[in-house]
Amino acid sequence: MNPKQNFDVSHIRKDFPILSQKIHGHSLAFLDNAASSQQPIKVTQAVKDYHEQDHANVHRGVHHLSHKATDAYEAARDKIAKFINTSSSKEIVFTSGTTEAINLLAATMESKIVAGDEILITHMEHHSNIVPWYRLCEKTKASLIVAPINQKGELILEEMIDLISNKTRLVACSHVSNALGTINPVEEIINAAHKRGVPVLIDGAQAIPHQSIDVNELDCDFYVFSGHKMCAPTGTGVFYAKEHILKEMPPWQGGGEMILSVSFDEIIYNDLPYRFEAGTPNISGVVGLGAAVDYLEDIGMDKIASYEKNLLNYLTESLGKAPGIRLIGTAENRAGVQSFTMEGAHPHDLGTVLDHQGVAIRTGHHCAMPVMEFFNVPGTARASLSFYNVESEIDQLIEGLSVARDMFL
Amino acid sequence: MKNNDLQEVYRKRVLEHSRNPHNFASVNNADLTAKGFNPLCGDKITVYVTMNLNQITSINFQGSGCAISIASASIMTDAINGNSLEKAEQLILNFRSLFNATKINLDVKLNEAKALEGVKSYPSRIKCATLPWLTLQEALEGKNNQVSTE
Repeated sequence: MNPKQNFDVSHIRKDFPILSQKIHGHSLAFLDNAASSQQPIKVTQAVKDYHEQDHANVHRGVHHLSHKATDAYEAARDKIAKFINTSSSKEIVFTSGTTEAINLLAATMESKIVAGDEILITHMEHHSNIVPWYRLCEKTKASLIVAPINQKGELILEEMIDLISNKTRLVACSHVSNALGTINPVEEIINAAHKRGVPVLIDGAQAIPHQSIDVNELDCDFYVFSGHKMCAPTGTGVFYAKEHILKEMPPWQGGGEMILSVSFDEIIYNDLPYRFEAGTPNISGVVGLGAAVDYLEDIGMDKIASYEKNLLNYLTESLGKAPGIRLIGTAENRAGVQSFTMEGAHPHDLGTVLDHQGVAIRTGHHCAMPVMEFFNVPGTARASLSFYNVESEIDQLIEGLSVARDMFL
Repeated sequence: MKNNDLQEVYRKRVLEHSRNPHNFASVNNADLTAKGFNPLCGDKITVYVTMNLNQITSINFQGSGCAISIASASIMTDAINGNSLEKAEQLILNFRSLFNATKINLDVKLNEAKALEGVKSYPSRIKCATLPWLTLQEALEGKNNQVSTE
């Protein structure tokens, strides 16, 4: 497509060959984008070209291919830095994904946490933003404090802010909930935490595919996300931290790349951000991530956000009209996701029946068991959108649900 | 995948069992109990077995789960009730063999439990069908351990 033009979804879909296949004899309706999004040709081609023309290890050899690989890898870092508007590319550390990025922070904070300290998270976090903090608290005898949510699936902001105390060492909060789609008021949370001198980690895994992110404007201390939810290959992710904080953080994993010199008496660690990238990184994946950024920027994140907003409204309205459907997560401000249950049908049975009609959704607890417990459901069905989805796929979902209803009621 | 695969999984009989499961009750003074959990689906089941010597005199279950796991548990209780421990263990093996390549004892017939065989077209759902049976196996193995310590 010529992306500077208007948003044309039929052209966009041609960039994603995987979407045009039949599943069990039906057109595929891929509505599981919150789990992992698909990759456009531009990304898969960039990865292929890299393997066929540029591959060598980065930051090591003096030969031509090593330079090319290093240039491609560092170009991707610059693209990401610009994409989320950091002050410097040094603030971008590549990881294997959001999970590794959060674990990086939890591990490097450990030496500074003492018994009685507090880590504040929310009730709607993904397990990857619960378990590392739970383990940190367990090791250090700190307390894990959980900010409450309401029946719509929104954070109760005032209560969360009240929970920030002089014992709080970090606030860790999702930008967008993967199970509920709620967009959290992260600006207010960051402001309130900073007033008390508390740093804030934002888990942006579910926000980055749907809206433009400006970490400078947000003023968050850490922002983390995964490549594979924004049209890039799996095994790529980003740990953003403000430079002055990164400088103070102890190294994490030890190995090659993260050092300047090693003897048995002394180790001098590498500069930022390489200090946090021990070992050979996922070079081809990062090249693909850079290509994904180019692709998304060509279309325009604002156009994507506005297209998806209409599509999400259509999804929520269509599900709302379908008989026997209970919507889980009805926050005023949502992105990309609608969870639901059907009376008389377990989410996994729904998933199987829908799959049979070509509709791919996620069913289960969505790695957010505390959210399921809050809504008193064993799991939900979750349809999640990308900018390449169309209304007819939502119609196909609704049609599939009516088949399921006939079967189970 | 064939078009009728879905009907093979959700056969009328399977759906009837899932809507109105047999032997669906918790038992306070059961001789053997075990809990099963499928973290992928969130299926939870507790199996209660009452024994008289080597004979299973009653079997019940409680829990929540998808249609396949509830139907499978209901069918299981019907199949197991009144059988000897040895035959129950053989039925469990035979049922599990519907979904893997193990050799089965043809003298022990699965009867209605065969209705769940269609699940094998959906590999991600096999655990739903086998959960109740694996839970029962755990309960019965508890009995064996108890026996060996006496």
